[in-house]
Order: sequence, then structure tokens, then C-alpha cells
Amino acid sequence: MQFMLLFSRQGKLRLQKWYVPLSDKEKKKITRELVQTVLARKPKMCSFLEWRDLKIVYKRYASLYFCCAIEDQDNELITLEIIHRYVELLDKYFGSVCELDIIFNFEKAYFILDEFLLGGEVQETSKKNVLKAIEQADLLQEKTEHVSARVSLGVRKRTRICAGVLTCIKM
Amino acid sequence: MPAVSKGDGMRGLAVFISDIRNCKSKEAEIKRINKELANIRSKFKGDKALDGYSKKKYVCKLLFIFLLGHDIDFGHMEAVNLLSSNKYTEKQIGYLFISVLVNSNSELIRLINNAIKNDLASRNPTFMCLALHCIANVGSREMGEAFAADIPRILVAGDSMDSVKQSAALCLLRLYKASPDLVPMGEWTARVVHLLNDQHMGVVTAAVSLITCLCKKNPDDFKTCISLAVSRLSRIVSSASTDLQDYTYYFVPAPWLSVKLLRLLQCYPPPEDAAVKGRLVECLETVLNKAQEPPKSKKVQHSNAKNAILFETISLIIHYDSEPNLLVRACNQLGQFLQHRETNLRYLALESMCTLASSEFSHEAVKTHIDTVINALKTERDVSVRQRAADLLYAMCDRSNAKQIVSEMLRYLETADYAIREEIVLKVAILAEKYAVDYSWYVDTILNLIRIAGDYVSEEVWYRVLQIVTNRDDVQGYAAKTVFEALQAPACHENMVKVGGYILGEFGNLIAGDPRSSPPVQFSLLHSKFHLCSVATRALLLSTYIKFINLFPETKATIQGVLRAGSQLRNADVELQQRAVEYLTLSSVASTDVLATVLEEMPPFPERESSILAKLKRKKGPGAGSALDDGRREPSSHDINGGVEPTPSTVSTPSPSADLLGLRAAPPPAAPPAPSGAGNLLVDVFSDGPAAQPSLGPTPEEAFLSELEPPAPESPMALLADPAPAADPGPEDIGPPIPEADELLNKFVCRNNGVLFENQLLQIGVKSEFRQNLGRMYLFYGNKTSVQFQNFSPTVVHPGDLQTQLAVQTKRVASQVDGGAQVQQVLNIECLRDFLTPPLLSVRFRYGGAPQSLTLKLPVTINKFFQPTEMAAQDFFQRWKQLSLPQQEAQKIFKANHPMDAEVTKAKLLGFGSALLDNVDPNPENFVGAGIIQTKALQVGCLLRLEPNAQAQMYRLTLRTSKEPVSRHLCDLLAQQF
Repeated sequence: MQFMLLFSRQGKLRLQKWYVPLSDKEKKKITRELVQTVLARKPKMCSFLEWRDLKIVYKRYASLYFCCAIEDQDNELITLEIIHRYVELLDKYFGSVCELDIIFNFEKAYFILDEFLLGGEVQETSKKNVLKAIEQADLLQEKTEHVSARVSLGVRKRTRICAGVLTCIKM
Repeated sequence: MPAVSKGDGMRGLAVFISDIRNCKSKEAEIKRINKELANIRSKFKGDKALDGYSKKKYVCKLLFIFLLGHDIDFGHMEAVNLLSSNKYTEKQIGYLFISVLVNSNSELIRLINNAIKNDLASRNPTFMCLALHCIANVGSREMGEAFAADIPRILVAGDSMDSVKQSAALCLLRLYKASPDLVPMGEWTARVVHLLNDQHMGVVTAAVSLITCLCKKNPDDFKTCISLAVSRLSRIVSSASTDLQDYTYYFVPAPWLSVKLLRLLQCYPPPEDAAVKGRLVECLETVLNKAQEPPKSKKVQHSNAKNAILFETISLIIHYDSEPNLLVRACNQLGQFLQHRETNLRYLALESMCTLASSEFSHEAVKTHIDTVINALKTERDVSVRQRAADLLYAMCDRSNAKQIVSEMLRYLETADYAIREEIVLKVAILAEKYAVDYSWYVDTILNLIRIAGDYVSEEVWYRVLQIVTNRDDVQGYAAKTVFEALQAPACHENMVKVGGYILGEFGNLIAGDPRSSPPVQFSLLHSKFHLCSVATRALLLSTYIKFINLFPETKATIQGVLRAGSQLRNADVELQQRAVEYLTLSSVASTDVLATVLEEMPPFPERESSILAKLKRKKGPGAGSALDDGRREPSSHDINGGVEPTPSTVSTPSPSADLLGLRAAPPPAAPPAPSGAGNLLVDVFSDGPAAQPSLGPTPEEAFLSELEPPAPESPMALLADPAPAADPGPEDIGPPIPEADELLNKFVCRNNGVLFENQLLQIGVKSEFRQNLGRMYLFYGNKTSVQFQNFSPTVVHPGDLQTQLAVQTKRVASQVDGGAQVQQVLNIECLRDFLTPPLLSVRFRYGGAPQSLTLKLPVTINKFFQPTEMAAQDFFQRWKQLSLPQQEAQKIFKANHPMDAEVTKAKLLGFGSALLDNVDPNPENFVGAGIIQTKALQVGCLLRLEPNAQAQMYRLTLRTSKEPVSRHLCDLLAQQF
């Protein structure tokens, strides 16, 4: 996989992960181009498209688009399930995840992704093992964290209402 | 309670993010960000030392700001400080910041590497993983230099935790991809292969990716992975859906690992060991069988995971291309998917079937689905699926279904998306020509193309129809009638006017008998389009008019009137003005006999290049040659008009035959069978181009001749020569090929795709396909740096006599290549006659102000134009005996450079292009092959025999062809492959 992008229906980029060296300028250009292309597609269209010499695999979950660029010989369907497994991991970690979770806890979204995919390849497919790694880290965090823990909860509760839950399984 | 609440505690960050989200405008957002940046800056600069928590919070805010798309130019130092914190979350944020915002500030890199080194040595698996993730995420050369040697050790160390092994494997993979030279192969490689046996599925999953990448460059070192991969795969495939616990995904056991294992196997030919092969075939059959079972779940995830494995299995079957039974089963399975309700599956089935269509075992099976595919082309709502359907139709086309497919594609063209029209046009044109039995059908097809999608019909396409009409007198009358009718449409495409103008000028007399298309009617029909056309077309029409004066003397007065009109005679365009002046003079001074001679019907386009022309080119050097060649192009007189001096250093690309995708097009029509003196004149007229004003007075008749003889786009007419935009260097300007050029070329003798060249700046990838004497090559130039390349110009040069032997037509590429970007260049190749040296590819660009240049050998060798020929033993021996002259044979005895493996040898010989004939040689160890080299001028039959001697590790290779240099050359080429 060459990169993965998460963006909202409004075209706002929520997460970007690049597995090939590119300049910031090029990254922005690619993002702009792909967001436009993918958003222009209709719901029933197929999840794959050719773009430059890459294949794009994307899927929409509630308000968020997950979009991966893979190489010619890579498998499209398994990439679709990479996306789904990542959504499941987020969902399990955040507890019915919504777009706001990813906005407010973007660093967590990156950490989970790193446990699942590394260097553009699947590292660990077991949900248990990935979450175990993250939760261990959280435990470490709790032990060392002195400053107030649950402050952000208020914010989260308030905002969850306005964003659709990522209904990954129902869709 | 969601797990996230655990220790989630950066209140300041949450508030800041909320603030940003509440900003009503972009300006408000920028204002808020600037305020925050100022705050953070003052905190970082302040006298009070910040505690770890605050540092983490501010670094995280900076990261957020950066990810919003704003520039960040400070905070790196604070992030680096976080790396050495012993609090996990601080370290984690530090690493995240570094991964996202690394810059090659050398001072910092040293500090970062130091922190990573400490964490790698810490023996704390969580810290080690963080450090490995960071290396993998950055993946820079500096990181490679610092760690590439350590990571293999961590990977195979007995006491490394599983999670560390997983990260280490993929970290190494990333470093290897970025700078393969930095990763030393060694005894660890054998141990990596054995990770395929590891108990932990996650470790296997990570390790397979690494092995797949490594084995591509060192297939022999990793060969043992085949049997391990097969047994692992077999265990997964045969396991029940619950055996693998958490590695089962929606009732499918380990789908990711299965797909990766199947990919790994595609790096190798079928296993030699019969037991391993049997087990593998069993696996493949199991997967195909499972596809027929009822689904265990209705969830799309279940079917996707299952089908991902199925498609990868089919890819492997296609890759082996040796099991007819499996190929046909695969084809039937894909056939079912063609009508599946899931768009994704229909798309993938169409795509996969395209490759199946090219296998001899499954071509017929693919063809049975033609109606479904045509239906897909008509009814699919998604353009990308329709595109796949069009591709598949093209791939499955042969003589038996060409008419149907061409007419369906034409129909589709009317509604096709603009983005893919040109491609469809080319495909239709190729198929129509290739499978034409009846040329009136061909003419109709091309005219339909112009009618439906005139804008997308490139000049190669309409040149080609003119060449074919000129060469086939049985179709000329029909063509004249058809274009005449087509021109009657009130709005017809300019390309139609060009084709119509040319054909009526040549063959209008064939329909002049009918009063509805009498000469005056023809003339006024053409002239009614004249004022709507571009200069180039008008120039062509003026030539048609002068030809009319010859064909139909009764139109002379009218046409002279047109030529005499001020709008022609004093036209601002030099080309038009000159034509009007010259044609007018010609029509009034020349006698009917002279006129008839000068304006005689075009001779048929020769099947091969005129030898006079070739001689002239050699004498005049590449400049003259290309000037003549370019006469075939559309007369774009404005270049001359604009006074562009055709200086010797800016000669145009030698494109001897700008033909339709390199289809057997006629080369420049034989120059008037004139002595070479006239040839010189052509060149002289050319170089005097800008000065050749109409006011020169009575032009010598020879000049008229050169102007008029070939009044068509295909003419080698000097005045029409395009001084050419592409300023390509002549062979003398480019440097010698790099020292590795021959070695790189050798890699491509038996294959068509791969990486041709790679250094720190640039990667050049090649994809090519060849059919008969034609080829198409895609070159991918990848800028590996983050800096834009400027004045990027790759050109193809034909040294020596090569341009009479091989025509390579290049498309220009953008002169700038952004950092990290890739540009593609398409080359159309036509083999005119046998050749020995490959063309050169010269790549020049400026990188950071410094000019770079590089010359490689283009991987086009004579064997690419091989067509395999199957024959029985008897025929083989008969031909072998026929080629018994000593100079027809070339033989080499040489030592094996690679392990002597029958399957690999077979694959290489097939890749080389010849057919492999079984049961011919009495010794089953030997290989016997036959093929025909297709060039435009001639075909060279070719027989070969390779005798391995495993004991002595030697080979004897014997080649017999009808041409002496070919035998020797093929023998040399092939001998280097073993």
C-alpha cells in the first residue's frame, strides 16, 4: 500500500498515512485530487478505480471515506477488508466510533493504525492482539499520568450527538 | 465505558480542537492558530522549564496544526526531547511528531537516531516497537544507514518478542524498499525464511511480506520458501473456519496471510518437487471448490475475504499458465462473477479475464462470455466497469468475432466518457485493420470513427486509412463514394475533410461519372468546407484542387479563380500563399502532359522503406533523415511561417513511421523515384525554408516537383517538413551508455516488465508488449527525490543504421517532474528489419540546478519480435536440415551462470519468445524451440536447441536461422541468460 487517507464528506482530511516518500506539496496535490475524484462518485459505483498507475480502493462509513492506494499487483478485495478491519479496531477501541473520536483523538487513530499496518503492509490481523498492544500502552499511560484523566469526556458526549456513529457493520 | 477514557488527558488540546472547529471562517481559523503558535513559541522559549506533560501537549497541538495543512517550523527539538522521556505517552507523541514531520536537519537526525538506538537496546518490547515503527514510518536513507544492519539481528534473535519480530520484519522491508543497497544479505536470510513456520500467525503475516520483497531480487537465496509457503497455505486452506481463532475473519481462515502466501508463490515458477506441486494444486482446487459452496455468512466481509483469496488463486493459476484444467475452471468461475450483483466482483472478474484471454488454454473459454461482456459495456452504470469491459473485448477479439466487437465498440464510442475515447478509437482502429478481410468494412469503420469521435482520431489513424486505400485498388472507388457521402453532412469533422480531400484528389475520377458527384459538385462540396478549416487542412485542400485540375480539366477555370483570389495569393500564412502562387503558376505554364506527370496518382506505399531514402539519410546524417521523415507529418507550416530556424542542433525526433500504434504502416512513400540529386534538393529547400518566399519568381521546375509530387501528409516534402518542436539531440550529442547498460539490457531479454534503472534520484520502470513486428512500451520515470526535476527530457536515439531497421515513435513527456511523482512515456515500436543493436534512451534533466544525463540501452532486442511456432518433430527436422549452411548456424558452449533448473530454463526460453517443442529431441533433457522473427521487411525463421549438461554445469546452444547475423546475435543474447 502506498498511502491511506481518511476524509469527510465535506472533503476535510482526517487522517493521512504515507508509506512512500513524497514531498508535502505532492501529498497535498494527491489529496486534493483524490478527495475530489472519490467524492464525485455515486454510491452504487464500484469501490476500485485506476488512478495514475495505482489502484484506489475506497469505502464510505457514515460520514467518513477511507481510501487506500495500492500497487498494480495488490489485491483489491483484501484491501477493502483492511479498511474494514481498521474501522472495527477503531470501533472497538473508542466504543462505537464516530468521526469526532478521530478528530479529537487523532493521535490514537495513528497509533492503532501503526499497530495494524506498518510500512504499508499488514502487520497483525488479530483484533485482540492489536488492541492488547494499544491497551497495554494505555495502562502504562494511566500509571504515569498525573493530570486529570476524564476531562475530555464532556466534550465527547456533547458532540457525539451531532455526528453519525460510524455504522460500519450495518452499512 | 469506552476504553478511550483511560488516561486520556490533554484538556488543553481538546479545547483547542473545539475552538478550531467552532471557527466560522478560514480567516478565523488562521487567527486562532497564529495565536496558539505564538503561545506555544513563548512557552518553549520561556525561562521556566516545561514539564513533560506540557511539552507533550504543545507538541501534540503543533502536530494537529500541521495535519490541518499549516506549516510548522519549530518544535522539533521539543519533540526530540520527548523521545528520551521514560513516560510512554510522552515518548509516543514524540515519535509520532517525528514520523509525520521529519526533516533532514542533520543535527536533529543524529539526536533522533540516538534516541532510537537507546530504545532498541532497552529490551523493553513496547519501547522497541515504538522505535521500529518510527524507522518504518520515516524510512529515509539516513535511518537506513543507521539501522539497516541492526534490524536483521533483532528480527531473528531467539529472545525477541513476537510483536517486536513483526515490527522488525516490516521495518526492514520499508528500509529495503527505500535503499536496497543498505540491507546486507547474510546468514539471517535463511532464518527469515523459517519464520514461515512460526507458531505465531502475526509473525508469519509480517514475515511473508518481507520475504516476498526480498526474493524478487534474490530468488535463489529464498527458494526454500516455496515448500514452506505451500505447506502453510495448505494448512490454512484446509482448516475449519474456527481453527484459527482470532485469525479467522468472518468465517474465513487467515485471509490476509493466505493472499500474501499466494502472492509470494507468484514470484516463482511452479514448484519442481512433484509432492510440493501436488499439494499446491490441491490447495488451488480447494479454493476453487470452496467458491462454489454456499456462503457461511451473508455479510459482505465474508464474501470479500473469501473472494480475495479466490482472485489471488486465479492470479497464481494465470501466472503458472500451465494447468489447462485450472485455467478453464478459473474462467468459468469468473464467468459467474460477470453477472454478480456486486459491482466490485463484476469489475474484478472483467479485469482478471483480460489476462486469461491471452493464455492459449483459456482464450476460447473467455470468448464464450462475449455477450455478457457486450451487455456490460452497454448497461454498466459505472464508467470504470465499462472501461474494463472494453478492455476485455479488445483482449478477446480475434478473426472470428472482430466484426461484432468492432461494431459494439463503435456504438459504445457514441456515449463513451471523454477520458477514454481516444483509447477506444485506437483500439477500434487496430482491430479493424488487424482483422479486416474486406477492406470496405475497414474504410467504413474508420470513417465511422471520425464521424463519431473525430476529435479523438489521431493523425496516425487517418494517415493509415489513406495508406491502405492507396495501396488497394479494389477499395478506392468505394472509398471515394463513401467520403463523398460523408462530406455531405452539414457539420462534418475536420479530419473527415482531410481524408475526403485527399481521397477525392486521388480517386475522385472514379465517381465522377455519376452526375450527383460530378467534378464541379465534388469541388464545390470540398470548397464549402474550406473556410472553416485550419491552415493545415486548407493547405491539403489546395493540393487537392491542383490535382482536380489534372483529373478534371473542366474545373480548371473555377479553381484558378479560387487560387487567384486575394485571400489565397496574399494569404498571411506563408505556406498557403506559396501553395497558391505555385499551383496557379503550375496550372498556367505547364502543358497537360507535364501536369499529368507531376500530378500522377500516388504510387502504392512500399512495404518497406525506399532504399534511396535510406541511403540519403545515411549520407546526410540523422538531421537530413529526420527532416525527410517529418515530411510525413501534418504540414504545420506555421513553424516556417514563424521563422523558426531549423538549426542543425534542433532536428526533430526521427520517427520514420508515425504510424498507427506502430501498425505495419507504410514508411514515407518512396520519394519520387528520382536520382539522389533530387533528394539533395529536397534538403536544400528545407534548410532554406524561411527564405523561400513566393517572390522568388519563377521557381525551377524541380522545386515544383518536390513541392507537388507528394501532396499528402505522408510526403517527404521538404517544405512541409515540420522543423519540429521536439529538440532531440542527435546521437552525437548524447553520452555513451552507462557501464551497466548491457547488464540492465540483459535482464530484459527474457521478460518485458521490470525496473530498468534505479539510482538515488530516478527510477525507470518498463512495461512492454510485443505482437508480431509491433510493440508498445511504457516507460515510467519516477522522481525519487522531493525536489522537482526540470527540463526533463527522455529521448530515444537510433545509432548507426538502426533507424532503417527499427522505428520508435515517442510521445513527449512533461518537462517537469515533481518530487515523488512519476511520469509515463509511451513508445510505439515497429521492427522494420532485423537489427543487432538496441536503440539508446537518453534521459536528461536538471536536479537542483545541476544537469543530469544518463544514457541507457532501451530493452528492445530482436527476439521481442519472435512469434512462437508450434511444429511436429518431423517438420522441425526437415527445416533444421534446410538450414544447414555453415553461416546459418551459430553455436555456443558456455558455463552455467545460474543453477541449472529445467523449469527456470523453460520459463526463460518462453520469455525469449520461441515456442518450446516437446518430443522432438530424443534426449528429454534438451530443449528445442522454434519461432519466426517478424519484421516488416521480412520474416526470419528460427530454430534453436539448448543442451544442458548438468554434470559439467555447461550448456551448448545452437541457433539456426535463415540470416547469418541473426543467428549469431540471437545466440549471443540467449547465451547470457543461463
